[in-house]
Order: sequence, then C-alpha cells, then structure tokens
Amino acid sequence: MTLLREIAYARSGDKGSHSNIGVIAYDEKGYLFLQEHLTAEKVALFFQPLSPWKVMRYELPNLLALNFVLYGVLDGGGSVSLRIDAQGKALGQAILEMEMGVV
Amino acid sequence: MVACLRIGNAQGFWGDNIEAPSLLVKQQPNLDFLTLDYLSEVSLSIMAIQKEKDPQLGYAKDFLDVIKSLIPLWKKGSKVKVVSNAGGLSPIACAQACALLLRETGISMKIGIVSGDDVLHLLKNNPAEKDFCHLETAEPLTSKLNLLVTANAYLGAQPISQAIKLGAQIVITGRVADPSLTVGPCLAHFEWKENEFNKIAGATVAGHLIECGTQVTGGISTNWMDISHPADIGFPIAEVNEDGSCIITKPAGTSGRVNEQTVKEQLLYEIGDPENYLSPDANVSFLTLRLSSDGEDRIRIAGATGRAASPYYKVSATYRNGYRAEGMLVCFGREADLKARRSGEIILERLSKAKCTFQKTQIECLGVGDVVPGIFPKKELMECVLRVCVMDSNKESVERFTKELAPLVTSGPQGLTGYTSGRPHVRPVFGYWPCLISREKVNPTVEILEVK
Repeated sequence: MTLLREIAYARSGDKGSHSNIGVIAYDEKGYLFLQEHLTAEKVALFFQPLSPWKVMRYELPNLLALNFVLYGVLDGGGSVSLRIDAQGKALGQAILEMEMGVV
Repeated sequence: MVACLRIGNAQGFWGDNIEAPSLLVKQQPNLDFLTLDYLSEVSLSIMAIQKEKDPQLGYAKDFLDVIKSLIPLWKKGSKVKVVSNAGGLSPIACAQACALLLRETGISMKIGIVSGDDVLHLLKNNPAEKDFCHLETAEPLTSKLNLLVTANAYLGAQPISQAIKLGAQIVITGRVADPSLTVGPCLAHFEWKENEFNKIAGATVAGHLIECGTQVTGGISTNWMDISHPADIGFPIAEVNEDGSCIITKPAGTSGRVNEQTVKEQLLYEIGDPENYLSPDANVSFLTLRLSSDGEDRIRIAGATGRAASPYYKVSATYRNGYRAEGMLVCFGREADLKARRSGEIILERLSKAKCTFQKTQIECLGVGDVVPGIFPKKELMECVLRVCVMDSNKESVERFTKELAPLVTSGPQGLTGYTSGRPHVRPVFGYWPCLISREKVNPTVEILEVK
C-alpha cells in the first residue's frame, strides 16, 4: 500500500474556521498521479470525521502542487474551537497518511 | 541598475525566538531591513484589554526588548532599519516608549508611526452597513454591536514606504497586511509606481515567504527530522530585485535549510485560491511563479504577476464571546484511553449535577489520535493525556469547571498523574469577525517622531 507521504509532502494552516492543506509532489510523475487520484472528494471523505462542509481543490502545475481548502473543518477555529488543534497544524501530517492504493 | 534590497524577518509571531532579531543582524551585517510580526487575531484582543486598564498600553511590550538588543549594534555602526506591526492598538505610545529608550543611550533616529487602521468607531457608528456583515456567514454586525472589542483594517505598504522616505529608521505600525512589512521597504527603495503590479506582486510573494520566520528555513517542514542542529535554525532573508524577483536565503553558518521544498511549503501556507492571493497592495497570482536554485540555501522566485488590489480593505474585528478553560491530566496503565475518557465524563457529569451548563465542551484522549479525531483507527495504549475544555458565556460555570479536575486524583483511575501544574486558568474568548470597509472611509496616517 502506497501512502501519500511517499509521493508528496504537505503543509496545513488556518484561515478563520477553514483550513488549507498544500500537497506538493516530489516529481512530475507524482503530480500527474495526484492530479488524477487526489480529488477534492477523496480529501473530503478522508476528513469527514472533522465535518468540513465543502472541500475545494486548486491546481498549481508550476509548483507540482495541489491546494485544498477545507471549509468549516476547524469547528470555528482560533479561540472559538475547543479542539487542541484549533489552527489545523496537524492536518498536513494527517493527509500524508492517506492510502493511495498500490502505485 | 538598482542594488537588491536585503530584508530579513526575525519574528514570525508574538512569542517567537527572543534572540532572533539581534542575532540576524549580527549574522548578516549587510541586512537593509528587519521585519517583525506581532499581530495574530488574538493579539489585538489582548492588547485591547491592556489598553482598557491603561491607555498608555496596547502595543507589544516585547518590541522594546528587541530595540534594546539592537542599540549596541546601531552604536557600532549598523544601518539596519526596522519595520514592525508591534504598535498594535497604540502605535504612538509604542513609538514614544522606543524614543525614551533611544534617548537614554544617546542615539539619534527618526521613528515612523503608521496608524489609521483602527476603524472600531466606524463599525460602531454604522453596524447595519452591508460591508460590515460577516464575510463568510453574511450575518449583520448589529447582533454583535455591544460586544465589539477591536476592529482594524489591514493597511498596505504605501504608508510604510512613505515613512521610510521621510527618513524613518524604525517604522511602527498597527494592523497591516503581513507581506506589506516587506513590500513597504521595496516601494521606498525601488520607487515602483503604485500600478507596477507585477513587481509589487513579486515583493508580496517575498513577504509571504519570510513573514513566518523559520517556516521557510526548515521549521515545520515535512522532512524536519533531516535537519541537523534544529536548535539553531536560521531566520530568513529575502533579497528582492528591482524587477520584483527575489532570492530567499538565510545567513551562512546557521542551521536549517532553504530549498525547493521548504519554499514551496511556505508558498502554500494559509492561502486559498492561488490565482487570487489578495493583499492591500496587489491581487497576486501564484500560478506564474518559477522557482530555481541559486546555490546552497538560495532559492530564486520569479514570474509573479499581479493586478490591482480590491477597493476595499479587509477588516479583522473581534467581539467578546464568553469564557473558556482547559485542563489536562495524564493516565497510565492498561486501557489508559478508556480510563481517561471515563474521567473526562465524570467531570462533565459532576458539573451537570451542579447545574453548570456549557455552550461547548470537548473531551480528548491525546495519544490515541484525538488531535484529528475519528481519522485514524484507535490503538491500544498504556499512556494517554486527558484534555477537557469548556466554554460558556457564564464565567462562574467555567470557574467551577477548573475545580473539578483535582478531585480525580483520589477518586479517579489508578495511574492518573500529571496534576501538579495546578488549577486551569479561565480566559476570555474573542470571536473573530472578518468584514470589509471601503478604502475611502479609511485614512492611513504617517507621523515622524524624531529622537535627538
């Protein structure tokens, strides 16, 4: 089983009650694979327990990167969310554990 | 050909490495500008409370320690200039405090003060204004009118540039867009016109890359474990060129790294639509950026494109939203997470019996994966951390909660420990209210305070 971390690296941050996760492929082959298989739907499903109400995917082919914005995933974010990771700093590490099938 | 401008950042946030500013200037003597970022959402709310008690407060006092640490370097001949949003809600008081320090040591200098970002009175006078509706929910401000604590527009680089052109060696601002701390010096040095949007876009990208300090030099990078000597990660420097391109680097001899990976991670940090990265100086597209290596720990970024910025400033307002407290206890032994969760439920049950209700409560068993709850299958653990957090508008309920952890020491599971840090603190909660304000309603001002 190939995990996302073998194909890409990532970083997450917050924007109010939303989080963005940047996923950057190590090489062009990896980017083309992710462009096809790492869909907004797949990311929404993965993070479903945290209840984002929408996931948008943006492509940055010049950087071999995908940017996911997860709306509402931070339960209010900032000082309003009671979660220990109110700012979504762990989401980058979480997404890297996603199973991508046998690649 | 105008020389490149060297801009470093030595504070990614209020509470960052206290030695970084003076260290960066020592490590890079030819640094032109030093930027320092102190303002997060919560910072201004904290400053508001301070200002309520004493009108001479309301700025980041730690900034004075930074100035103190730079004085010996200025005395030795350093020409480095400082640009910082440490002014918070009281940029003038901050500047006056700095002037006092400088006067005592016999240094002559001009301090630039940028204000006009405080728009609280404008929001309070017209709460039904459509622009002041919550940017995401469209809720009107009227519901929060009596609870408002702060409201600040994110000003841009123009007033910073003006202050520098007037001879300021320290520029103190209130709320400005973080990248503007870098764009301001560029505007002054290269004398770009306001409509040279591609060049301004390039400087904005440089600002975005260095504004979080070590986040571009290896900090929080995916492959952080590869960094040797992580205690000495260097702070970043942007060498910005006249055409808006830049090189991101760090001082020689420091730990950490600047490579394609660290730069791309920081580029993607806290952005939404990459084609429309909005700042008060320009609307930037990241889709035309080109990265290349310029040697070890040197990454060149070129190709930024920009368009005119919005006719609105973004406003960050905050309002009182109750109180919160959180406590942690450690559980060791077989079924550690089950024991921890049960203990957390006891706390909430006892509070319920005491007729304390809460808007929100949270129980987490840290160790089994609750940092991202429900995503990873639970494991059998011998040890985990119980964390309980509550929030309510009634302060007394939250205070009662803080007394409910200690009794578990004698009535809870065997193996419960880690209670010696004492009773949790009750903190005020500040809700975040993002909205817009038309630029014509805001008046950025620049003053110069001369220290002789």
